[in-house]
Amino acid sequence: MSLTRADIENIARLARLELTEAEIPVYVDSLSKIFAFVGELDRAPTTGIDPMAHPMPELAQRLRADEVTETNRRDTFQQNAPKVEAGLYLVPKVIE
Amino acid sequence: MSAPAPTVAALARGLAEGAFSSVELTRAYLERIAAAQPSLNAFITVTGESALKAAAESDAARAAGRAGRLTGVPIGHKDIFCTEGVLTTCGSKMLGNFVSPYDATIVSGLRTAGTVMLGKLNMDEFAMGSSNETSHFGPVRNPWDTQKVPGGSSGGSAASVAARIVPAATATDTGGSIRQPAALCGVTGIKPTYGRCSRYGMIAFASSLDQAGLITVSAEDAALLLGPMSGFDPHDSTSVESPVPDYTTTLGDSLQGLTIGLVREFFDKGLDAACEQRIRDAIAVYEKLGAKVREVSCPNLPLSVPTYYVVAPAECSSNLARFDGVRFGHRCDSPKNLLDLYCRSRGEGFGAEVKRRIMTGTYVLSAGYYDAYYLKAQRVRQLISADFARAFKECDLLFGPTTPTPAFRIGAKCDDPITMYLNDIYTIGANLAGLPGMSIPCGFVDGLPIGLQIVGPHFSEARMLNVAHRYQQETDWHLKTPSAFA
Repeated sequence: MSLTRADIENIARLARLELTEAEIPVYVDSLSKIFAFVGELDRAPTTGIDPMAHPMPELAQRLRADEVTETNRRDTFQQNAPKVEAGLYLVPKVIE
Repeated sequence: MSAPAPTVAALARGLAEGAFSSVELTRAYLERIAAAQPSLNAFITVTGESALKAAAESDAARAAGRAGRLTGVPIGHKDIFCTEGVLTTCGSKMLGNFVSPYDATIVSGLRTAGTVMLGKLNMDEFAMGSSNETSHFGPVRNPWDTQKVPGGSSGGSAASVAARIVPAATATDTGGSIRQPAALCGVTGIKPTYGRCSRYGMIAFASSLDQAGLITVSAEDAALLLGPMSGFDPHDSTSVESPVPDYTTTLGDSLQGLTIGLVREFFDKGLDAACEQRIRDAIAVYEKLGAKVREVSCPNLPLSVPTYYVVAPAECSSNLARFDGVRFGHRCDSPKNLLDLYCRSRGEGFGAEVKRRIMTGTYVLSAGYYDAYYLKAQRVRQLISADFARAFKECDLLFGPTTPTPAFRIGAKCDDPITMYLNDIYTIGANLAGLPGMSIPCGFVDGLPIGLQIVGPHFSEARMLNVAHRYQQETDWHLKTPSAFA
């Protein structure tokens, strides 16, 4: 299967990735190759086979009690933030 | 002190007998790390000061009669594991300034057991790679030939254990990232059963496949270190509530009556003939030890690579959505608006391979393609898993090569992602089925090490370590050291 430049631009937009002009043809080529390769899966007969989402299907997903267990460590966490003010994460203006 | 003994077991004995202190040992390893860094680039961060402090504390604990069997043994951690107060980059520019506010559960488990952290090991960016060439911090080199790759993504872990600049290292395996570099560097690697070790604090790539494990010189060393890394963790909802045995107590068990299955699909036309001979030689050693060998078939296994390259990118695109330039990680300069902040921070912060996988995953999960790609791959995953389950009705463990060839030249496979992805052709199946797997050194081809792969049923780590240990008592491939680092 072959992807186009428009496909790559659309995927990048969905993935919130800005690509440079030089990157676009590289991804057109390599993603086309990957999807041609992945197309081998069509050979496998899977009618009536359940999709497997978890490698240990015999183990049920565990639930925990709805209790507060974490302490507030905002100041520690915000030491890694690019921009904070008065305990708030700063981003460009969202609503004009 | 002279060059340290090669194994964790020997170092632990030396510490217990007072032959050297942890401070002396840690200093010796820090010197070896500094000497090897220009040629190998195995470390991203060396934590020398805190290592010497922890070593002094462990010497004090020993003097006070509070030493466990790993007290004072230095180890390295793959830089995918969060370490409180220490730079944790995951090999990415995106996390180039990230100082973790907490420890991964396996990091605190190994610290509680007495180990001393020497630093954080280089890796492919976000563990996406099979050659350690995608790291933002530059490629790691193979100590057996520095023009060759060490394998990936745990390339720093494998290269540093092979060069004896750390006694042992943690690692992770999503599609072969422990076993493949262990094979290419001539060291022992174990990827435990999915859920055996907590994933809390291990930076996520593909959550239904990721598992923490070890790269060591010997199976005995892996048995010593695996216990403290294993067990239930309330912070990881997929960690399994199952008792952790003492893996060291069964290492010497007899192999009489063991049935080894040779997976026909592992001996396909892609396997290098000289590599195949080393694997056959290793199997002959097992026959001498009393094991029976039979051929088994996993007919859907050849589809494991295309299955993986749908499932893993899908999960990666979801997991890596958290890197948005807002709360931590790289942020672009002067964003015009919020969307620009997201797109440019991610475009600049992620490397080429990570972006390729995010886009592959985004596409297979997008409207109109989900059934054709993602659900289809999940169904094939079920078939592959069922193949393994059938094979384990006929044998106890599966054997085969870890990789189709020895280590390749740096740069040789960078231009074609499919060729690179096929390095993991023999290892990915175990991840898809959640099975434990090992790679142990079993000889050399043209001066480069070859790995024998062992895959077992869920929670068969004790048996696999036993089987690996018995081989390592009959052979000394695991003790061979590259001459430049002897």
